[in-house]
Amino acid sequence: MENEEIICIRDLHRNFQVGSEIVHALNGVTFSICKGEFVSIMGTSGSGKSTLLNILGCLDTPTSGEYILNGNSVGNLNKNQLSTLRNRLIGFVFQNYNLLARTSALDNVELPLLYNREVSAKERKERAEAALEAVNLTDRMHHMPNQLSGGQQQRVAIARAIVNDPVIILADEATGNLDTRTSYEIMTLFQELHSKGKTIAFVTHEPDIATFTTRTIKLRDGDIVKDEPIAKQSAAQALAEYEKNLKSSVI
Amino acid sequence: MNIINLVKIAITALLRNKGRSFLTMLGIIIGITSVIVMVSLGQSSTQGVQSQLSSMGSNMIMIMPARQMRGGVNMGNSNAKSLDLKDLKSLENNTKYVTHVSPSVSSSAQLVFGNNNHPGALQGVAPSYADIRKYEIADGIMFTDEQVKKYAKVCVIGKTVAENLFTNGEKPVGQTIRCGQVPMKVIGVLESKGENGMGQDQDDIVLAPYTTIQKRFLGISHFNMMFASATSEEESELAATEITYILRSNHNIKQGADDDFEIRTQEELLSTMSSVTQLLTILLAAIASISLLVGGIGVMNIMYVTVTERTKEIGLRMAIGAKGKDVMWQFLSESIILSLIGGSIGIILGIFISYALCTILNWPFVVSKAAIGVSFAVCAATGMFFGWYPARKAANLDPITALRYE
Repeated sequence: MENEEIICIRDLHRNFQVGSEIVHALNGVTFSICKGEFVSIMGTSGSGKSTLLNILGCLDTPTSGEYILNGNSVGNLNKNQLSTLRNRLIGFVFQNYNLLARTSALDNVELPLLYNREVSAKERKERAEAALEAVNLTDRMHHMPNQLSGGQQQRVAIARAIVNDPVIILADEATGNLDTRTSYEIMTLFQELHSKGKTIAFVTHEPDIATFTTRTIKLRDGDIVKDEPIAKQSAAQALAEYEKNLKSSVI
Repeated sequence: MNIINLVKIAITALLRNKGRSFLTMLGIIIGITSVIVMVSLGQSSTQGVQSQLSSMGSNMIMIMPARQMRGGVNMGNSNAKSLDLKDLKSLENNTKYVTHVSPSVSSSAQLVFGNNNHPGALQGVAPSYADIRKYEIADGIMFTDEQVKKYAKVCVIGKTVAENLFTNGEKPVGQTIRCGQVPMKVIGVLESKGENGMGQDQDDIVLAPYTTIQKRFLGISHFNMMFASATSEEESELAATEITYILRSNHNIKQGADDDFEIRTQEELLSTMSSVTQLLTILLAAIASISLLVGGIGVMNIMYVTVTERTKEIGLRMAIGAKGKDVMWQFLSESIILSLIGGSIGIILGIFISYALCTILNWPFVVSKAAIGVSFAVCAATGMFFGWYPARKAANLDPITALRYE
């Protein structure tokens, strides 16, 4: 069970035609992610990590190579089938939260389930409430996004990502818009989710954020240059230390 | 996604931009209101004309002798002598759809009373003529069948005649006037009918027993024409058929030969008048539909803006599993709901305004159910049609690009 492969990528290529030139964004990438892993995907901008994430998230399809997500070969699916995969198997967390404006936290979290016919209105509400509870936002359920802080908004977004019980959570620079303290809070939350058995792929360019994961894949110019397990640090501990340092510097 | 969710999402989205939604709706509201008002007013005027016509006796049937050809020369119809007493009797006794029959013979004579004189159009008729033409007697009485039999020198005069002859405030009834050489006693004055549709003064007449006119003025035994009234307006065609049958057999007309008389019902006049007002209605409705079209383009414009403005939202919805179809229906239902709400308000407003206008103009108030039905259908179609293009644009967005859109 522990070694069940959720994502399996073989010799993945993704080319973009820009004018007369062909840009090789991904140049034969091969790796797999097993259930219960907390993977950080690192790289500078232009390294292909966004392209990789788009493909992992079934928003884009590879030019060549194989991508198997939870037993589904994604390469030759049509748009609608990709939508269904995204809806059932993937939870997205974006850098800029992407919450619907003037829509309550609860309604925002319910959103993915709206596109799933099998979920009734009652079940939808229950699951959304449970998801918000999991990110400790029970008391903010009916707040609008503009009434929430950045960290709270990102937690709503995380609740939205887990509400459909995905096989993998894909986070795209999820801490990019947050200050250090809130970043640690969010990472603590991700580690909590990970400890509950969630599989997470976390795209970031910040090395210290990557230390909170269990494995780092480093990309450069469309190739994997490093893929190794790392010793996970506790984000909660980092947060505590940060607060302590902050206090001492104030004094 | 099911319909309830779809409608809920659309309404939430519309409520998020109340002001804009209302202004967009305004175009549809004005369009539908003007269509309803124009069609209602058009129909009201049609009905007004119809009721005016039926006050003249809409079930009236005129029977005239047909033109006579003699040696290739068209003699006109005044010379024809085909209608006579025998026809009158058989029409009175043998018909099912005819209630009244009256012959008519016309003559003219200078009318004299005291120092006043007036050119008079004398019409010799039967007492039933008043019923056929819906003449009311204002003062006195109509002459009787008895007086018809006796060639009585009595007459019933119209308002204009009375005003011209009795200038000193005399009471016309009971006075004797001279018609040409013949002294006639006035026994009744007709209620004024005013001008008819063609501008003729309907009160400038003198009615006398047809026998009197035939024997004392003209020296003829045929009728110039005959008037009849059908049992109802709808049955006037049946009555006409019946009259045709009787007259043909009276006149011994062989099968295949032409009638020697002509029958006209008011229905023809009615349909002519109606077609004019109907044309007007169509014209007005066409003009009003242009404003509806403009309203529809307003909806399209706003939906375009909405799609562009919410590109990021579309991207997000697609990223979390919305299919192109879902996004398309979301925007389509927004524009349909917008149009339908606008249309409903427009219909209510349109009924209200046409009611107010009809009251002010003193026209009969008609609400066209067809116009309401069509308006509603047009609203839904407008929403569909003008929402479709922007919605498709939204559905075809690439989620990655849409998510990055600023």
